Amino acid sequence: MIRRQFDFEQKYQDFMSKLDQLKDQAEGMDFDLQKEMVELESRMSGIRAAKYQNLSAWERVLLSRHIDRPGTVDYIDYLCESWIELHGDRLFADDQAIVGAIGMFEGRPLTIIGHRKGRSTRDNVRYNFGMPQPEGYRKVHRLLLQAEKFGRPVITFIDTPGAYPGIGAEERGQAWAISDLLMTLSSLRVPVIAIVIGEGGSGGALALAVGDRLLMLSNAVFSVASPEACASILWKTPDKAEEMAEVLKITAPDLLEQKIIDGIIEEPVGGANQDFETTAKLIKEALKRELDILMQQNIDDLINLRYARIRSLGKHFINETVG
Amino acid sequence: MFKNPLGKKKYIEINVSREELMHDVAFPGKYTCSACSSSLSEGELLVNNWVCPRCSFHFALTAGERIMALCDEDSFEEFNAGLSSSNILGFPGYAEKLVRGEQETGFPEAVVTGVARINGHKIVLGVMESRFMMASMGVVVGEKICQAAERAIIEKCPLLMIAASGGARMQEGMVSLMQMTRTSAVIGELHRQGLLFISLLTNPTTGGVLASFASLADIIIAEPGALIGFAGPRVIQQTIKQQMPERFQRAEFLLEHGMLDMVVERARLKETLGSLLALHAGGK
Repeated sequence: MIRRQFDFEQKYQDFMSKLDQLKDQAEGMDFDLQKEMVELESRMSGIRAAKYQNLSAWERVLLSRHIDRPGTVDYIDYLCESWIELHGDRLFADDQAIVGAIGMFEGRPLTIIGHRKGRSTRDNVRYNFGMPQPEGYRKVHRLLLQAEKFGRPVITFIDTPGAYPGIGAEERGQAWAISDLLMTLSSLRVPVIAIVIGEGGSGGALALAVGDRLLMLSNAVFSVASPEACASILWKTPDKAEEMAEVLKITAPDLLEQKIIDGIIEEPVGGANQDFETTAKLIKEALKRELDILMQQNIDDLINLRYARIRSLGKHFINETVG
Repeated sequence: MFKNPLGKKKYIEINVSREELMHDVAFPGKYTCSACSSSLSEGELLVNNWVCPRCSFHFALTAGERIMALCDEDSFEEFNAGLSSSNILGFPGYAEKLVRGEQETGFPEAVVTGVARINGHKIVLGVMESRFMMASMGVVVGEKICQAAERAIIEKCPLLMIAASGGARMQEGMVSLMQMTRTSAVIGELHRQGLLFISLLTNPTTGGVLASFASLADIIIAEPGALIGFAGPRVIQQTIKQQMPERFQRAEFLLEHGMLDMVVERARLKETLGSLLALHAGGK
């Protein structure tokens, strides 16, 4: 059976609360266990830190989908002194699975776009579990051109299982909506920073993951298709998803090694789901640092560098055999 | 067929005469139409462009047959024939699939690119070979498509891509997904240069190939009945658990929904492409 829950944290918390009980008990005793208790506590916290340093790919998949994991709107709230959401693609509808906004970040207006998931059943239905329809991508397209018009840098947050596979989505050209974004982002004349904050699922995630920098939170994943889907298609069973997650190399360290991402934002021990403040602060610092660099560049140089970066993706893997 | 150690021009050879092909009609039953179940001979199909004479079902063409059917005689010159893939993630079974793909198709990868002429008009042509791992797009397929677009920019001539694909090549993980970004960026550059890009979607064109270069053309043509979509029909069925509309994701359905410029039957393809190229003569 595949594990559906990241259960380490629960076991750890259970143990620690038992330890607290023991501590209380030990206080009434006429011998001193203080030293042993402190030792055990520090040993446990060492074990926890080590665990989070060495998560398996599948454990990261579970963490990236954790119900308490902060989402796009949480980060926009934290980063921006003020922000205003903009709606609609001007063609068909407003797709709630993607949020688009203008916000003030460190005295600088930004266009911020990201996938939106819900935490309750009601919100999940409203946001379609973070799976956009074509109108979601077309809203992004509109907001990108708007950002370019006003010279506003663009930040994107990626957190989706994938683009929605439905009849309407196909009728309205899901593929066309996505390819349009890939092409537009590759030459948009403002700095673009993309951050994978949770689940990066396939083309529906990729559509927002093109820019001058592609960063990832350390427990986020980015995959060509979900490990379950890949296991179903290639190994004819979704039960091998854990193993598939490992061989697909979908974690931030794997993708840094493959030169697909530019950097990792290290989450605190316990993950973003347990420590939003620290995670958000680290994102803020990374954004400020990268924006300062990108804003100083001449826009033509920036576009050329971005193009060269995109053009070289995966190129180091190519062999030429003389035949 | 495309091996070329001496660097000479390479052409595809057809060594059967039309008479011989017609003769084969006398021995029907070698092929069965997967749409109407008619029993058909190879000769009958060859003279009819591999289209079922009874129900117009379009059989899959190999890359070689496609080139032969569309390009002016002896005009196709392949480039990047030597680019081949390796098992970059050490994915179980991938190396064997690459070997089998090459054995079955004679090509080291799932796309063939070259310079050719159609009705005298010079073009850069890329043809995906669906028998090679369902023409899924890995880093080498992506690279060859990028270089085809760049070649069109250098030669200042139109680009024609004949797509057929199951999508991204999962065995290469994220590197394969990134080929969507790469090909889309290079097609963007081709558009900025003012060059014509025609995309022909054949059965099936799905997933990452449709959601990148294949849907970014100035003119998008599809073959009749071709399955064209972002998500596969099985995935959609599993997600929504409803009956699909009739002819869902077929070329005619997409034309109706405004996603294609035209659906053109195979017999009229060369003529149609020739007219489009003439209207954009000079590469613009």
